[in-house]
Amino acid sequence: MTADRFVRYSKPVVFLACLVPMGLLVRKGVEGLLGANPIEVITHSTGDWTLIFLCITLANTPLRRFLGLPWLVRYRRMTGLFAFFHGFLHSMTYIWLDQFFNVHSMAKDVVKRPFITAGFTAFVLMAPLAATSTAGMIRRLGGRRWRNLHRLVYVSACAGVIHYYWLVKADERLPLRYAAIVATLLACRVLLYFVDRRRPAGAPAAEHAERVS
Amino acid sequence: MLIGKPDEIPSSEITPRSVYLNRRKFLAGAAAAGAVALAGRAAGDMLRPGIAYADGAKLSVTSRSPFSTTEQMTSFEDITHYNNYYEFGTDKYSPAKNAQALRTRPWSLKVDGEVLKPKTFEIDDLIKLAPLEERIYRHRCVEGWSIVVPWDGYSLSVLINQVQPTSKAKFVEFVTDLDKSVMVGAREPVLYWPYTEGLRMDEAMHPLALLCFGLYGEELPKQDGAPVRIVVPWKYGFKSCKSIVHIKFVEKQPATAWNTESPTEYGFYSNVNPNVDHPRWSQATERRLGEFFKRKTLMFNGYDQVAGLYTGMDLRKYY
Repeated sequence: MTADRFVRYSKPVVFLACLVPMGLLVRKGVEGLLGANPIEVITHSTGDWTLIFLCITLANTPLRRFLGLPWLVRYRRMTGLFAFFHGFLHSMTYIWLDQFFNVHSMAKDVVKRPFITAGFTAFVLMAPLAATSTAGMIRRLGGRRWRNLHRLVYVSACAGVIHYYWLVKADERLPLRYAAIVATLLACRVLLYFVDRRRPAGAPAAEHAERVS
Repeated sequence: MLIGKPDEIPSSEITPRSVYLNRRKFLAGAAAAGAVALAGRAAGDMLRPGIAYADGAKLSVTSRSPFSTTEQMTSFEDITHYNNYYEFGTDKYSPAKNAQALRTRPWSLKVDGEVLKPKTFEIDDLIKLAPLEERIYRHRCVEGWSIVVPWDGYSLSVLINQVQPTSKAKFVEFVTDLDKSVMVGAREPVLYWPYTEGLRMDEAMHPLALLCFGLYGEELPKQDGAPVRIVVPWKYGFKSCKSIVHIKFVEKQPATAWNTESPTEYGFYSNVNPNVDHPRWSQATERRLGEFFKRKTLMFNGYDQVAGLYTGMDLRKYY
C-alpha cells in the first residue's frame, strides 16, 4: 500500500480514536459516574486533553523529520483541531458553568488572575490557527505567512502549561511533566533549525516538499 | 470494621442503617428533583441500591446540636469519595482507596505543652469524655467547593479544660499522624510532613470548634480523618486537621502546613471570607457538591457568632 493510500484509509480511524476521550467522558456522565464534583471532572478532563492533543500535534514535525515519514504531516491538522475542540469545551465549562456568562466578572478574572490570563491566552491563540486550517486559507495566506502564523502554537502550548502550573495548589508533578514534554518538542525545533541551516543553499528542505493536506 | 465497643442502645432499637439512609436519600432526592438539571443524578443515585457505605462502627450520638444547619446534607458517598487528604494522594479520589490501610486502633493522642495536666488519651477513652452530639456543619474548601456534613463529636473545649492550659498557652498546635508505610502521599515532598495546623486559644475554645470522631452516626471513615480530627467550620477546610496524634499548647503562633508551603496564599487564620480572594482565584462563590451553579460564599462560612473573635483585626492582613 502506498503511503498516500495508507493515510487516506487510516484518517477516519485516527479521527474516531481522537473522539474516544470525549466519548468516555460523555458515557461516564450519562451513567452518573463522574463522582462528587462532575463539573470539576469535566473541566480537568477537557483541559488535560487540550494539552495532550497540543503535545501530539507538536510531536508531528520532529517525528516525521527524525523518522523520515513525511506523510505524517497529513494528520497534523486533525490533531491540532482536536486540541482546539477540547480547549473550546474547557473554556466553555469556565464561561458557562463557572462564570455563567458574567462578562464583567470574567474580564476581571482575566486581568487579575495570572492562571486565567495564561489559559485565556492559550485558547485565544488557538482560534486563528483553527480558522486558517483549511486548504483555501493556506493558499490565500501563502505558505510562508501561514507557517509563521501557525508558529503561534508554540506560544499557546507554553501558555497552556503555565496555566496548569499556576493553578495547582502544591503538587506540581503533573504540570511539570507537560512542561518537560513541551520543552523537549520545542528543543527539537531548535535542533531542526540548525540542521536545516547546514543544508546547502537551494536544496529543498523536507518541509517544502510536503503537500499539506 | 467492627470494633468491640458495646452499643449503649440495644441494636434492636436502632433504625436499620439502610432504612435510615434511604429515608435521608429520599428526602434529599425529593428536594433536588424539583430544582435543577442535576436532579437526574440524584434520582440516579436513589435507583442505584448498590452504593457502598463504609461499614463503620456505630457511635452513640445523644443529641443534635443547635449549631446544626437545616441545609440539605451532602451524601455519605460524596463526603467519603471526594477528599483532600494529601498523605493519601493529592487528587480527590485516591484517599478513599489509599486511606483504608491506616490502622486506627490502637491510637493515642498526646496532649501536652503549656498545660498543668499533660495527658495521653487512648482513643476509646477520648470518645467517652463527653456525650457525642451530631453537628451538621457547612464545610468550605479553600479551592471553592463546599459540602454539608453531619459530624459527631463534642466541643474541643472539653478536652482543653481537661488538661488545664496555663496562662502561657496562647495557641494550640495540632499534628497529624505520619506513617509513611501506609501514607503513600507523604512519601513525596509535596508538603512539609507531618501535617500541622493551629488555632489561637480563643478560637480553639469557641463552642463551634469540634473534636470529631464520626459522621452520619458512625466512626469517621479513614479518608475523612479517622479516628479523631477537629472541625472548625468558619475556616477553610485545611484548618480542620485530620487523624490527630498530638495536640500541643504553645506560646508562639505555630507553623502550619499550608502556611509554610505558601505563606502568601494560605494565612494562619484562613477564615472563610468572600471579600478576601486567594491570590489566584476568587473566594466570592463556591460550588456546593450536588448543585449545578455556584452559590455565594458567606462571611465566616455563615457562622457570624465567631465575628467577635476578630474585632479590631484587619482580616485582609490576617487572612
